[in-house]
Amino acid sequence: MAQFRLPANSRISRGKHHPAPEGAKNTRRFAVYRYSPEAGENPRVDTYEVDLDSCGPMVLDALIKIKNDIDSTLTFRRSCREGICGSCAMNIDGTNTLACTQAIEDVKGEVKVYPLPHMPVIKDLVPDLTNFYAQYASIKPWLQAKTPPPPDGERLQSREDQAKINEPSACILCACCSTACPSYWWNGDRYLGPAVLLAAYRWLVDSRDEAAGERLDQLEDPFRLYRCHTIMNCTRTCPKGLNPAKAIGEIKKMMAERRH
Amino acid sequence: MARGERPLSPHLQVYRPQITSVLSISHRASGVFLAAASLLLIYWLLAAASGPEAYAAAQGFFGHWLLRLVLIAASFGFFYHLCNGIRHLCWDAGWGYEIRQVIVSGWTVIIASLVLTLGFWLLVAA
Repeated sequence: MAQFRLPANSRISRGKHHPAPEGAKNTRRFAVYRYSPEAGENPRVDTYEVDLDSCGPMVLDALIKIKNDIDSTLTFRRSCREGICGSCAMNIDGTNTLACTQAIEDVKGEVKVYPLPHMPVIKDLVPDLTNFYAQYASIKPWLQAKTPPPPDGERLQSREDQAKINEPSACILCACCSTACPSYWWNGDRYLGPAVLLAAYRWLVDSRDEAAGERLDQLEDPFRLYRCHTIMNCTRTCPKGLNPAKAIGEIKKMMAERRH
Repeated sequence: MARGERPLSPHLQVYRPQITSVLSISHRASGVFLAAASLLLIYWLLAAASGPEAYAAAQGFFGHWLLRLVLIAASFGFFYHLCNGIRHLCWDAGWGYEIRQVIVSGWTVIIASLVLTLGFWLLVAA
């Protein structure tokens, strides 16, 4: 059952304010979700005035600047800083995206930064993705084929067959889409969510894979697949411009078509 | 620290409402509202079947401005649920998943249900 309010230990209080350094002319306020497991306190939102004249253009640059210059306790994941690792996925200005590809100038007013929504928070902007990864493993995201590969080479595909998996293969598993999905918020323990279903689709349409029947059997469940109600928040928010909602629609069509 | 004690990150509290999610929850809300409003329809049919006096009483009841407002809301809910239901049928058939199409079809549904409601009250119910 959906729990719309945050639990008592998760309600957010107002935190500290860090004013701009003296002489800064071009500042922007960042409101950042903070939670420390050691403090024994509820989460809070700290505000930081960041001098944009000495800061890179992206939200991740500002977070790094805050950590380096203002408050070294701020904790977040980041790695590639070019939108391919998916580590810095977070909720910025009300939608999920990658901090490294979100330009500060594209956000109006105060830049609000929260962890990915409806997830257990380990610290600050770091959510616990254990369940998400376990769900990914559950769809067996690898090639399953009984037919052995040709002895003299690889399993070849036509250009058309490769084109079918190009887009779903570009998913970086940042979890922006799944944690943007209200259905995943309310039923994330049993509904697989858009990212994992996009991965399932990627293997279902792979011409070299021979386990489509078993894969569909595993998804044929009131929750795993059919909690998708085509809300479309997933596709709207994907920082890679992919379309998990369409992939889920295609899986539902495969389910309907194999019954006849 | 045990995982169960971890706070839950905010969701509805921070996620920006947008045409995707707002139309989706409106579809569900209009469905629930229509189910409740169908009781009014049952009452009206029962009254019509029970004879002229009961029917006159029902017509008087529905003539009240408050009930009129409920009926206008119900008709809008009906047309919205109908139009958005067709939108869902298109998705189920595999059409219209690109974000631009979703935004255009969403606004089309909003405008169509407003026009249908207006037309219904001007032409049929007036």
